[in-house]
Amino acid sequence: MADHAVVADDVVDLSRRKFLTRATIATGAVGAAFAVVPFIESWAPSERARAQGAPSELDLSKLEPGQMTTIVWRRSPIYVVRRTPEMVARIAGHDADLKDPNSEHSIQPAYAKNTDRARSAEYLVLVGTCTHLGCLPKQHFSAGELYPSWPGGFFCPCHGSRFDLAGRVFNGSPASTNLVVPPYSYPNPHTLLVGADEKGSV
Amino acid sequence: MALKSAGDAPATLPQKKGLWAWINKRLPVSEFIEEQLTGYFAPKNFNIWYFFGSLALVVLVLQLVTGIFLTMFYKVGEATSFDSVEYIMREVKFGWLLRYLHSTGASAFFIVVYLHMFRAFLYGSYRKPRELLWLFGMAVYLALMAEAFMGYVLPWGNMSFWGAQVIVNLFGTIPGIGPVLVEWIRGDYGIADATLNRFFALHVVAIPLGLLLLVALHLVALRRTGSNNPDGIEIKEKVGPDGKPLDGIPFHPYYTVKDVFGIGVFFILFAIIVFFVPTLGGLFLEGPNFDPANPLSTPEHIAPVWYFTPFYAILRAVPDQRLGALLMLLAVVSFLFMPWLDRSPVKSIRYKGWISRLALTLFAISFVALGYLGLQPAEGLYVVLARIFAVIYFAFFWLMPFYSKLDPVKPVPDRVVYHAH
Repeated sequence: MADHAVVADDVVDLSRRKFLTRATIATGAVGAAFAVVPFIESWAPSERARAQGAPSELDLSKLEPGQMTTIVWRRSPIYVVRRTPEMVARIAGHDADLKDPNSEHSIQPAYAKNTDRARSAEYLVLVGTCTHLGCLPKQHFSAGELYPSWPGGFFCPCHGSRFDLAGRVFNGSPASTNLVVPPYSYPNPHTLLVGADEKGSV
Repeated sequence: MALKSAGDAPATLPQKKGLWAWINKRLPVSEFIEEQLTGYFAPKNFNIWYFFGSLALVVLVLQLVTGIFLTMFYKVGEATSFDSVEYIMREVKFGWLLRYLHSTGASAFFIVVYLHMFRAFLYGSYRKPRELLWLFGMAVYLALMAEAFMGYVLPWGNMSFWGAQVIVNLFGTIPGIGPVLVEWIRGDYGIADATLNRFFALHVVAIPLGLLLLVALHLVALRRTGSNNPDGIEIKEKVGPDGKPLDGIPFHPYYTVKDVFGIGVFFILFAIIVFFVPTLGGLFLEGPNFDPANPLSTPEHIAPVWYFTPFYAILRAVPDQRLGALLMLLAVVSFLFMPWLDRSPVKSIRYKGWISRLALTLFAISFVALGYLGLQPAEGLYVVLARIFAVIYFAFFWLMPFYSKLDPVKPVPDRVVYHAH
């Protein structure tokens, strides 16, 4: 068999090869990054889950003073407490024992960033999951129920976080922030709507 | 090795005929057995601590087989999961046995793996040149933790639900992306059907595949470096005229026989638990998990299964949620750094001095104590003790570069210490 003539320019252009290799890798990486998106996105709450996250209503006329009820909004228990004036009075006086007395680092709508952490002092509306790791704090509303200086509030049985009657966290709790106040409004004086306020539904 | 043509068998080997030869011309079965078992030399001074690696493999197979059978009866879904587990327990023939084998197998896996890891701590098996072997082993351990956690969610009992709630919310403590990340993991605004379904997919498909790959890499890395031994001496450095390690014996038949005996003893103990105390008083299967998941009622106190409680105790001991989560993560991740934290001139505890011995003893005590405290309510003295033991736990790892150098070590012998039985 006759040998093929060796062409003079049969020299490998290494810089050209290097450039093409890098360009191919870069293009492939960009493509792979785009291809990952649908898989990642599939884990986000589905349309059905979003639809079921619509605002929740509560008829307030059935709630007695001093009583608490729980409704569900977005799979979270929402605590609604009808505080008596005596209970409201017990919110004051222990600011020094609190981690965030003025709710500077806690989550609440602007209208609940006050001493009572509510639109009106009478009704306390809280997301009933501990800001530590999501357990349900239990109600211990009577003064002195847990220990002599206890002003009444919530106690989380999982990791021992304590909150006052405005959902503010006490020093020494593993939770770092106050209980979350969800957006809410009163479409009429007897109805509480959780998940919707002047800014629209969340 | 260059590829040989089919007729090109080594001249030293007798020309075999028949099915075995036919297969070996097409698939290197003989070579594989020779390289991995009969020609693989392991140190001859192995002791009882060297049972747990092969036992971990046995438990892995047990979990795969019982798991496959459980998926034949289990129906994933918020409305069906709990009932289908009860169905397995009460109506499927031997369903109770399949489930108890799987649930006891999970705890057995961790017992065996913890003992296997402690063996590495005793004899310095993580030291050079076995760093990658150690890291693959740690990757197996991390995958196992994810596997066990997601598996625990599947029966959809109340502890499943609240365990998932607590663990998934840990991701919420990451600054910035935390809340978005938690919603993405759950696929809903709370732990829901979507969460259960994806945990099922990960538990039965994705993580087991990853586990098998990691176990394979762990074994390949082991074959490259060879096993360490109780004296921490490299047997490859002392070879006889035939090129074989003087202190080594072929893995098969010597250690396969030994391991089979170990497996026999293991299954006796395992069967006692499966048949007589499958929940082990709430340690292997917790009481609240026999109630269906209830998003509106937290169990009296939430505790994970025992194998996570040392880390859980550290999480709860810290009065700040972000720092608590971070320290818990560090408690797990610290293991990864062992090959570089240990600066002792010797590997084995046999030749280390009193400082290292004391440190390892204190570490073992605090690990067990934290495990106990993680099962108790987070209040009063329990929290104080958890803080003390957590400090010892971290001191063991992060002061090691200093105390392992100060340690008065003993001279290491030339050859392994071995008494014929």
